[in-house]
Amino acid sequence: MNREFAAIYVLWLRALKRFIRSPSQIIGSVAMPLLFLIFLGLGFSNVKFPGLPSNLDYIDFLVPGILGMSMLFAATTAGISLLWDRQFGFLKEVMVAPVSRLSIMLGRTLGGVTTAFIQSIMLIIFSILIGFKIISVLGLIASFIFMLLIGLIFVSLGLIIASVMSDIQGFGLILNLLIFPLFFLSGALYPLNVLPKYVRYIVYLNPLTYGIDGIRGALINFSIFGETNDFIILLIVAAASLSIGAHAFSKAKIV
Amino acid sequence: MSKYTIEVSNLVKRYGNFEAVKGISFNVNKGEIFGFLGPNGAGKTTTVHILTTIIDKTSGDAYVCGYDVSKQKEKVRENIGIVFQDPSLDDRLTGYENLDFHAMIYGINKEYRRKRIKEALEMVELEDKADTLVMYYSGGMKRRLEIARGLLNQPEVLFLDEPTVGLDVQTRRHILDYIKALRDRYKMTIFLTTHYIEEADYLCDRIAIIDHGKIIALDTPENLKKSIGGDTLSLTLKHKSDIKIILNALSRLDVIEDVKVENNSIYLILKDASSNIVDIMNIAYNKNVAIEKVEIRRPSLEDVFIHYTGRSIREEEGSNLDRIRMRLRAGMR
Ligand SMILES: Nc1ncnc2c1ncn2[C@@H]1O[C@H](COP(=O)(O)OP(=O)(O)OP(=O)(O)O)[C@@H](O)[C@H]1O
Ligand SMILES: [Mg+2]
Repeated sequence: MNREFAAIYVLWLRALKRFIRSPSQIIGSVAMPLLFLIFLGLGFSNVKFPGLPSNLDYIDFLVPGILGMSMLFAATTAGISLLWDRQFGFLKEVMVAPVSRLSIMLGRTLGGVTTAFIQSIMLIIFSILIGFKIISVLGLIASFIFMLLIGLIFVSLGLIIASVMSDIQGFGLILNLLIFPLFFLSGALYPLNVLPKYVRYIVYLNPLTYGIDGIRGALINFSIFGETNDFIILLIVAAASLSIGAHAFSKAKIV
Repeated sequence: MSKYTIEVSNLVKRYGNFEAVKGISFNVNKGEIFGFLGPNGAGKTTTVHILTTIIDKTSGDAYVCGYDVSKQKEKVRENIGIVFQDPSLDDRLTGYENLDFHAMIYGINKEYRRKRIKEALEMVELEDKADTLVMYYSGGMKRRLEIARGLLNQPEVLFLDEPTVGLDVQTRRHILDYIKALRDRYKMTIFLTTHYIEEADYLCDRIAIIDHGKIIALDTPENLKKSIGGDTLSLTLKHKSDIKIILNALSRLDVIEDVKVENNSIYLILKDASSNIVDIMNIAYNKNVAIEKVEIRRPSLEDVFIHYTGRSIREEEGSNLDRIRMRLRAGMR
């Protein structure tokens, strides 16, 4: 077996095994999006946002946003797991292996994306239970692609920040300062046209915006930019963040 | 290509203003077990980390298997294996998974992998713990698993950073013998750091004594011991009054380099005690001096260490530290 593929596979498999073995982590990371879904879904169920089609329930609008949130949170998990690996020394074992840093970075990224994806699937199932309506199977599959792209982008982001940082508290702080604005300024919770114009420019710079817009297009057939545009933008950003991530990772401190 | 497996010259590592490694130079031959003996903070781990591409050097040159450790990192990594001093396991994986993942990354195929892992686990006596999560291992068990993992792939050069710290005597001996066998069987080159004097003495072909970031002596254990002078022959006399008589009689023997007297014992320092002992006993017999006890003591590596550094390697303090380390190791999850 080719060593590079082996390394990617091993790091991916390791992420999965660790994920499955820590139910508290699973519950912890599904809980927050779930609470948002339940409380916002209930609270705003009768609110009419301007710009939304009148036949669209708020819960249907909200679910794609929450799925984006769940993929966004993968950034924190992936970054923290890198910092823990450094702290507990496992990073040495990985980094001294005769494989390229790119493979190691890819393995970690895929691991992070996969676990976040499993959490998102759990959220979709729960959403259906509380009344979310999926239009088509094809749409569902298309939404998976958007979710995976969001995951790639933000897991890379988490790894980039973790590569240059050394302490876990500091990382948590910075990431929270970054994650929540990214989330609120992405059109996850309300349509973009309710925002003042200058805030909207920030929203347009946020890759999560296009991710959630793409998921919406795929799942409920409501998209502002068009799914193809969303897809192309996300693809470019994902490629860029993966390469920046690979670079940052190869420069990261090991001990 | 260099004829040495490891070649280091004027290697320096600086942390801010502090120089952890102060321009050391040495070479390691192929198939040699080379030891770095030194107290805590001497710069052993720092050197190992530079040679294994974990950290970057500040200046100087270092080559492993002919590859520059800062410019050809991947090449170096292809040729080395390492057992780190500090923990490096994934404790949410089982022992078997830790070894299996390692072997996969090192490109060992499935059939061979299973066989090697089984062997390695047997060597460190962890077969029955193979499927337990490492977080439930004791400190010593984790250490043994790390050693087993380091020995899975057979690299050109194996680095062992204080491999047997905190292990009981039996296990230690077992592992040291296995390391020797590896060298004999595969002509593997082994770079070992330790602050256990007996371990260095038992295992190493050559030893560098390192202290405060400098190599202060480097030779075979035998030569190191010879270099600091001779053996000590101690004679304990039945009657204290005989001391004068025998000292007088011995004074014409020019092989004796130094004499110390304590109560009714005489300590003679000479190059080669075992070939002079007969002469000395004859002289005592002729002068009718009754001898109660004779003892020959060769200089130990400990003596060598004291000779060069002016202090003991502080086994006591060292083992205390080990105990703390072991506790940390066991406590980390
Ligand atoms: N990251 C670092 N920053 C600053 N100083 C460091 C760093 N790493 C090591 N040192 C210092 O470098 C010196 C050498 O450390 P090193 O770990 O190489 O010692 P050692 O010989 O391996 O000791 P031990 O037997 O305790 O393992 C020590 O004084 C240590 O404090
Ligand atoms: Mg050390």
